[in-house]
Amino acid sequence: MCLAIAGIISEINGDTAKINYGSITKEANLRLFPDLQVGDYVLVHAGFVIQQVSADEGEEIMELDKEIGLHDLY
Amino acid sequence: MTIKDNDKILLAHGSGGRLYHQLVEDVFLPHFQNPMLADLGDSAICPFVGDKLAMTTDSFVVQPLFFPGGNIGELAVCGTVNDLAMSGARPLYLSVGMIIEAGFAVSDLLRIVSAMAEKAAQAGVMIVTGDTKVVGAGQCDGIYINTAGVGVVEPDRDLSKRKMQVGDMIIVSGTLADHGIAVMAARENLALDPPIKSDAAPLNTLAEALLLAAPGIKVMRDPTRGGVATTLNEWAQGSDLGILLNEEAIPVAPEVASACELLGLDPLYVANEGKLLAVVPKEESEAALKALLAHPLGKNAAIIGSMTGEHSGKVYLSTPYGGLRMVDMLTGEQLPRIC
Amino acid sequence: MTFTKPEQYRRDPKLVAELQAVINKIAQSEPLKNREVPVTIMEVCGTHTMSIYRYGLKDILPQNVRLISGPGCPVCVTTQSKLEQAIEIASLPDVIFCTFGDMLRVPSARGSLQDAMSEGAHVKMVHSPLEALDIAIANQDKQVVFFAIGFETTIPTTATTIELAREKGVENFSILCAHKTMPQAMRALLSSAVHVDALLCPGHVSAVTGASLFDFVAEELHKPAVVAGFEPADIMSAIAMLLNQIAKGESKLEIAYRRSVHWEGNAYALAVTDRVFEAADADWRGLGMIPDSGLDLRSAYKDMDAAQSFKIYDTHRSEDSACRCGEVLRGEITPDACPLMGDICSPLSPVGACMVSSEGSCAAYYKYGRK
Repeated sequence: MCLAIAGIISEINGDTAKINYGSITKEANLRLFPDLQVGDYVLVHAGFVIQQVSADEGEEIMELDKEIGLHDLY
Repeated sequence: MTIKDNDKILLAHGSGGRLYHQLVEDVFLPHFQNPMLADLGDSAICPFVGDKLAMTTDSFVVQPLFFPGGNIGELAVCGTVNDLAMSGARPLYLSVGMIIEAGFAVSDLLRIVSAMAEKAAQAGVMIVTGDTKVVGAGQCDGIYINTAGVGVVEPDRDLSKRKMQVGDMIIVSGTLADHGIAVMAARENLALDPPIKSDAAPLNTLAEALLLAAPGIKVMRDPTRGGVATTLNEWAQGSDLGILLNEEAIPVAPEVASACELLGLDPLYVANEGKLLAVVPKEESEAALKALLAHPLGKNAAIIGSMTGEHSGKVYLSTPYGGLRMVDMLTGEQLPRIC
Repeated sequence: MTFTKPEQYRRDPKLVAELQAVINKIAQSEPLKNREVPVTIMEVCGTHTMSIYRYGLKDILPQNVRLISGPGCPVCVTTQSKLEQAIEIASLPDVIFCTFGDMLRVPSARGSLQDAMSEGAHVKMVHSPLEALDIAIANQDKQVVFFAIGFETTIPTTATTIELAREKGVENFSILCAHKTMPQAMRALLSSAVHVDALLCPGHVSAVTGASLFDFVAEELHKPAVVAGFEPADIMSAIAMLLNQIAKGESKLEIAYRRSVHWEGNAYALAVTDRVFEAADADWRGLGMIPDSGLDLRSAYKDMDAAQSFKIYDTHRSEDSACRCGEVLRGEITPDACPLMGDICSPLSPVGACMVSSEGSCAAYYKYGRK
């Protein structure tokens, strides 16, 4: 129910941060997730950063692949 | 006593007297220069060669009046020029009717009028007659503009959706949703960085290039309100044919795609003001595409789908994943979603 | 600075095709192959419904795997009486009523919020409760009311805005609280849902609350559950994980959406929610009253409750008792079996939640399924 978009923090000014969504930058509020740094990858919903996103996609894929049996196909 | 930049429009500017003439002399004539207008007759007497005239009119009440890439003036000229061009006519002459709110800044009016002049020149049309009324403060939203236009229809041209057939290809002249997102961003005060610019443009020269390269063209339209999805649905409705789009082929600028994602909007339903959509016979589609790509307004042109004999009356889209989804007719404007 | 979004890979058609092959393999193996009825997976998140529809995923699943939509759209489950309360408040002079775009066109007996706008109500579309607060600060002579709709993902954003309003001493800001929470509604729905085999759990609710919010699905309801993301490959891998569990007779809660979801959630979000709100009973459109499934402002913040400030209360009027959304949502009947379908209940005049959402089961059936 929750359109949350992932982007990268490009600037922090106190309670707000500029988030880069690939070709667009927009501000978000950090009160729900302080202690972030420029370069962190985050989820934004309704104007707030709600969670951090792990950028290591390789790891996620490999774990899931093993559990799902993706490589047992071949 | 001339009108100055920092003046405001007064009720008297609309009542036909001295101030009205000041407005015409200082604002409209210098920008819309042509002999027909300069005559300032009750009607403009305009020569043309041909048998059939195409005529169209449109009123413009967009808010905000100024947005990245343009203003209401651009839309007023391009909208009417494009309606003529999409019918296969060569646009020639425009009229401009304005309803201005008392207190409107002359400097804003000048910006609007010079944008109109620029687009008219780009399109090669002349603004030959007009009318201005001024209403009390609060009685309109700054300015409302109506434009009407006439053009000449080439004798052998007959564009109609009735001519569409199975196998015909659907072409779009460039990226989708630029205008609608630019206006939405301005209206909602969305600080998009970099700002997205409206694509408002007169399409008559582009349409001529297309007609030359693909004389067998069935129908074309500029997909304004409601976007490509609405135009395609209007074409499919009531016919025996269906439309199948290929999602991967649909051109959308990356920043517009991001903005649509942020707002929860589908670019297929967002307005375009400088793009054309055309249905051409399969054997002419490559030539049509080449002609569009070669024109400055046709960068990113693409073949995005075709007419089919299935799911008649409906528009479907094949996703990159092998699935199908229906591209339905919307009731009313698409709204951003968050939930 | 430009970059390729790291989750682009979860949109890769090749990856999706591989996952499709895995799903087919599991679906064609014992014991799934021999089931009499298709495996039924329910998703309870409007954004999952949207993604599945947008990517055409139902078309690429095997015949014996069926996806159905549960009550995951907070807009759709807002009752007509709540909407009428909103419209009444919005229609007051000197009120600026702020709402997410989603709510603008939902119809009630009094029309929609958008209709109210054409009748002179000052309604403003916002993308965040913070915008509503800014509007209050910029318009001291008006009362600004924020229509607080949404589930656990959105609730902390309202709660933070309430605290900010207090910190900044803003006195002309209030909320009309229509927030709802998932677990009680899911329990109410699923405890008697024999036809639902497994649950696709909401990814962003879980990102905020922690996946452990959904422990009860496995432990109490004994159904397999996987927390899924929203990209095509996210949904496909979650489905593969659910099928694996069903094939092995397991019922565990697993996380597929590992880049954003952990067992523990966002502590700040949970804390602010707890400081500002307390659990309350709530009415769900099409489902009736579900205890402890909504929120009320705590007494310290009751001055920001619009209903109390304006003394305009939810009438809680009962809705059409012939509405069978509950059974549709539980997968007990299909949309065409509802006697109200088409004649009485349609997208332009919806009765229950299933028809309000453009991707709800009944709305989808009305658009694509009817002959």
